[in-house]
Amino acid sequence: MHKKMAFSFPDEVLEHVFSFIQSDKDRNSVSLVCKSWYEIERWCRRKVFVGNCYAVSPRMVIKRFPEFRSIELKGKPHFADFNLVPDGWGGYVFPWIVEMAGAVPWLEEIKLKRMVVTDESLELIAKSFKNFKVLILSSCEGFSTDGLAAIAASCKNLKELDLRDCEVDDLSGHWLSHFPDTYTSLVALNISCLGSDEVSLSALERLVGRCTSLKTLRLNRAVPLDKVANILRRAPQLVEFGTGTYAAELRPDVYSDFAGAFSSCKELKSLSGFWDVVPDYLPAIYPVCSKLTSLNLSYATIQSPELIKLVSHCPNLQRLLVLDYIEDSGLEALASSCKDLQELRVFPSDPFGVEPNVSLTEQGLVAVSSGCPKLQSVLYFCRRMSNEALVTVAKNCPNFTRFRLCIIEPRTADYLTLEPLDVGFGAIVQYCKDLQRLSLSGLLTDRVFEYIGTYAKKLEMLSVAFAGDSDLGLHHVLSGCESLRKLEIRDCPFGDKALLANAAKLETMRSLWMSSCAVSFGACKLLAQKMPRLNVEVIDERGPPDSRPESCSVDKLYIYRTVAGSRFDMPPFVWTMEDDPSLQLS
Amino acid sequence: MEGRLVLLGGGSSGVSTTESAVLSKVEVVSEACSYPAESELELGLGLSLGGGGGSTGNTKAANSSWGECGRILTAKDFPSVVSHRTNNGGSSSVAVSGTKRAAETESVSHDSGSPTGVSQVVGWPPIRAYRMNSLVNQAKAQRGDELESGIGEKDKPKDALKKKLDYNGKQTSSATVNEKAYLGFVKVNMDGIPIGRKVDLNAHSSYEGLAQALEDMFLRSANSAEKEPLTMASKLLDGSSEFVLTYEDKEGDWMLVGDVPWRMFVGSVRRLRIMRTSEANGLAPRFNESNDRQRSKPI
Repeated sequence: MHKKMAFSFPDEVLEHVFSFIQSDKDRNSVSLVCKSWYEIERWCRRKVFVGNCYAVSPRMVIKRFPEFRSIELKGKPHFADFNLVPDGWGGYVFPWIVEMAGAVPWLEEIKLKRMVVTDESLELIAKSFKNFKVLILSSCEGFSTDGLAAIAASCKNLKELDLRDCEVDDLSGHWLSHFPDTYTSLVALNISCLGSDEVSLSALERLVGRCTSLKTLRLNRAVPLDKVANILRRAPQLVEFGTGTYAAELRPDVYSDFAGAFSSCKELKSLSGFWDVVPDYLPAIYPVCSKLTSLNLSYATIQSPELIKLVSHCPNLQRLLVLDYIEDSGLEALASSCKDLQELRVFPSDPFGVEPNVSLTEQGLVAVSSGCPKLQSVLYFCRRMSNEALVTVAKNCPNFTRFRLCIIEPRTADYLTLEPLDVGFGAIVQYCKDLQRLSLSGLLTDRVFEYIGTYAKKLEMLSVAFAGDSDLGLHHVLSGCESLRKLEIRDCPFGDKALLANAAKLETMRSLWMSSCAVSFGACKLLAQKMPRLNVEVIDERGPPDSRPESCSVDKLYIYRTVAGSRFDMPPFVWTMEDDPSLQLS
Repeated sequence: MEGRLVLLGGGSSGVSTTESAVLSKVEVVSEACSYPAESELELGLGLSLGGGGGSTGNTKAANSSWGECGRILTAKDFPSVVSHRTNNGGSSSVAVSGTKRAAETESVSHDSGSPTGVSQVVGWPPIRAYRMNSLVNQAKAQRGDELESGIGEKDKPKDALKKKLDYNGKQTSSATVNEKAYLGFVKVNMDGIPIGRKVDLNAHSSYEGLAQALEDMFLRSANSAEKEPLTMASKLLDGSSEFVLTYEDKEGDWMLVGDVPWRMFVGSVRRLRIMRTSEANGLAPRFNESNDRQRSKPI
């Protein structure tokens, strides 16, 4: 019998050692070593990450980690971003806030993604956590500026208020005035998603003026350009800045005021905003461009020549978000100017247009892949692609961790050979061994899934639409992708067989979404019955699934592993397979 | 990369072991439930590779009866983008099942690559609603500026105008397409119900249709018994119900729904609110109970 090393370290030492381990994965591994490590670790875990708010209950989390200070929760499935999840599906944060209000009074950070946050929740947060510091709401909805006012009024130690792409009910621009005059600790404020109701500019200016540690400020579109100068002058220490509307009358005095204020911000590294750009105002930011590492022009409707001029001033750019107005020529310029580029996202300016409105093709992507050796993360919307281009890109960028390609028209074939794009995507998964996230598009057969199942061993998230021929495609993915955590599928001919044959796999994943596929209600019931630790949710607005034959396909299916059992906040159009008397199979 | 893919673990023996294991699992499962003829379903790894032709296509016509629901569909059933627009209040996407609805859809679908395809699919292309709204709002604002304040061409830099793909001109028409295709989704809140819904305006062609959809949405989803009577919809529009339908237009004003032509309403509405009549005082002259209705915009 071996002596256990653990006995030679007092708990405090181990705790100190563990404090250097931040990642959840590592912490989870630590907790599996032995019982005493499990105990020590759980008492000193300060950050909790819950990837699916229905996978576990708040009480369970609090019971296991009584002393956490930071919690991150995710709610709705990713496809909710594209209106595929009906409103009212769920993802309510209130029950979590209620439990934490009582049991975790020293909570400092709450980060939420795709959850429903009510004013009541925000008020409860404001009231309950005396040392509350960070609130980051990403793609959340359900609250108004009243809730924000409560946060502003009560959270004396607030450092970050970050509203990313949230739907906020804009009741009054005066919520900002609720920050007391004595309040000075703001470090990051992102209100870019707030609506057209003006935020009280004078309150904003005063707030910015007295918060001398402010590093991040992202304004909303309603803040006019000619007012930005006043704000910038009060915060020359800003590192990240998001403009409001970038349009103003072309007046020399306004321009020089703005440009002057801008050039006084010597620490700027990241810029965003740029709604309604008037190109003549762009040169105002040239002086700060050489230090920029991140530039979000994805709302800027400026044309390729201006974009080329702009990016050629930014040799240190690492991250660029841009509309397809940049065109292939702009991407070629990017490839030659920005050798440090790591992340590129190109969004369509006219996603529903019948004909292409810009000259952006696979060539732009190839150019960037060739010129930017550090490129790791790509999101690219375009209208045509070829296997040849994809193979070239794959060979140029073996370090890809995220590759998301959206060819706008579903089932578009290789425009040169008219073949499916299986081989191209196959090359991506074969050459990019560290690929964690992949989104497919274009004409694809089961073959691409065979490649994915074979090569994409580190793949954690896969998005599929209008692809595949049969259940074999789904089977390849479920049986081959060892690291798969999230799989989302829409409009593919995948059905019961592959799902049931790989039922056990589903417990190793966070979730599976299938909509407009061919999974029958009968299979859902069977799956739920075989796998008690999965919640099998059928989302169907046509009415109860048992009003149709069992062999009928369900509209939408969301399957996730859980230790919390079935949820009880489901709306009428969501069915789980519990309490079904017909499930009395041996 | 060409030719057939060589699977890891090589050797056909490895492959067929897996294959038979899979098949036997699948067959056990399928005995337990009712499935259509098994012969058409083969998970044989050799067959489906190499593209569409090999797969077990079921080429029966889509205008089938309920009994066809369970067949595994293949690419042949999806000649193109086929789903109806799904929405909370409207019909849902049922392209996958072999029901009549899919048949109807198929009859209007085109070959893949049809130019009208993209705009008819919910949630495609996958662009966040937030970004879509922003794009369209920008386009609307641009158009609005040009029409209303006459800033027009002269302030736009010459480059943009000379550009063969003048985004002003093109974007204008595209924005119209955008609106029609996408910006149908507006948020609806009803007083007393904390969670709002979204409704697709483009799924309706009149106020009556919209009112009916809202009634379905807010009445049918309620579990409790103390909800409004089913005649709420018809009364929503004529002011005789306890609730009234209002909307916020792009200028931020709250207006009563129904005063302007439908198309104009769709073009300017930002969101809807089913408001208690008692709170709607002053919103429109209608509620002053006067007999001669004034159709003017409230100040």
